[in-house]
Amino acid sequence: MKSEPRIVEVRQNVFRQNDVTARELRARFRDAGVFVISLVSSPGSGKTTLLEKTLTAMQKQWRVAALVGDLATENDARRLERSGAPVRQIVTGTVCHLDAAMVRRSLEGWDLDELDFLFIENVGNLVCPASYDLGEDMRLVLLSVTEGEDKPQKYPTIFHGADLAVITKVDLAEAVEFDRVAACGALCAVSPGLQVLEVSAKTGEGMDAFLGLLASRAITQGLAR
Amino acid sequence: MHELSIAASIVDLAQEEAEKRAVRIVAIHLTLGALSGVVREALEGSYEMVSAGTKLEGSRLVIREQPVRVYCPVCREPRDLPSIQLFVCPACNSPAGEVIDGRELLVTALEVES
Ligand SMILES: Nc1nc2c(ncn2[C@@H]2O[C@H](COP(=O)(O)OP(=O)(O)O)[C@@H](O)[C@H]2O)c(=O)[nH]1
Ligand SMILES: [Mg+2]
Ligand SMILES: [Zn+2]
Repeated sequence: MKSEPRIVEVRQNVFRQNDVTARELRARFRDAGVFVISLVSSPGSGKTTLLEKTLTAMQKQWRVAALVGDLATENDARRLERSGAPVRQIVTGTVCHLDAAMVRRSLEGWDLDELDFLFIENVGNLVCPASYDLGEDMRLVLLSVTEGEDKPQKYPTIFHGADLAVITKVDLAEAVEFDRVAACGALCAVSPGLQVLEVSAKTGEGMDAFLGLLASRAITQGLAR
Repeated sequence: MHELSIAASIVDLAQEEAEKRAVRIVAIHLTLGALSGVVREALEGSYEMVSAGTKLEGSRLVIREQPVRVYCPVCREPRDLPSIQLFVCPACNSPAGEVIDGRELLVTALEVES
């Protein structure tokens, strides 16, 4: 005999597991005094190139390291290793984003006390990474001048969740008739007050301002002493 | 397509609740925030795939969409945004303040039978 269906109230966060792991990571990073910066963007927006330049420049003053997520290859890790900084690859296979558990696993055996800055390059994807907190202090979203000024409006969730927008490949801005006003308007619409920087990893334009901003944010938080 | 793994988490979570209570689940009620990064249609399709062959096969997802709710510093009121493409107060057009709701993906209730 079947009874009538009845309603049972529950209240469960579907992302609970990831959120708990991210919170644990954030506490560990805080204890170790390491400032953690993640990068998200579409594939090809220039994450690895910007990171290689950043690691190379920052190493003169800070102890830096990087984790890099990629679906299948280890190419990005090899490129980043050229900077001389410790780098680990997270091959995600079919998974289109990093999650906090992957970050935790890939940190095994690393002494975080020995680091000032840790960078995490997410898988190139403007959708899935938005749902996963990695325990980072700062999330950068990259938008290259070649990919269209309306990207923020097509992917509002990821742009809204970022702490800094970096417009990359500005050496190509003129050639592709990049519309600065439209891009900033789109960014501002989905995230009022979002700070925006322009860089070219190729020519070095804007790099000093970018590096200075990272350092000042870290110092403000009392990290990277 | 991270909705597949999210659907799997929902199945696991609901299954666990069902076993605790010794009941069978007919439907799962979800609140889906507009800023959760989860696409409703993709989640519905994934749920059907992932639940097939489990005790939850044939059960329904009942989804309530939660718009983004921001605090408007000018109106001094919470306001629901009609679209996530424009973070301005729908009443006074000032830039939206802090997000107070709309990031979540929550299982809020289960429809069960013994
Ligand atoms: N002109 C120019 N090309 C760049 C710049 N940064 C990256 N690229 C090129 O853009 C392509 C993709 O860059 P990559 O760093 O691999 O992007 P990722 O997929 O986001 O990691 C490569 O061919 C880079 O050489 C830049 O500042 N200027
Ligand atoms: Mg890369
Ligand atoms: Zn208002």
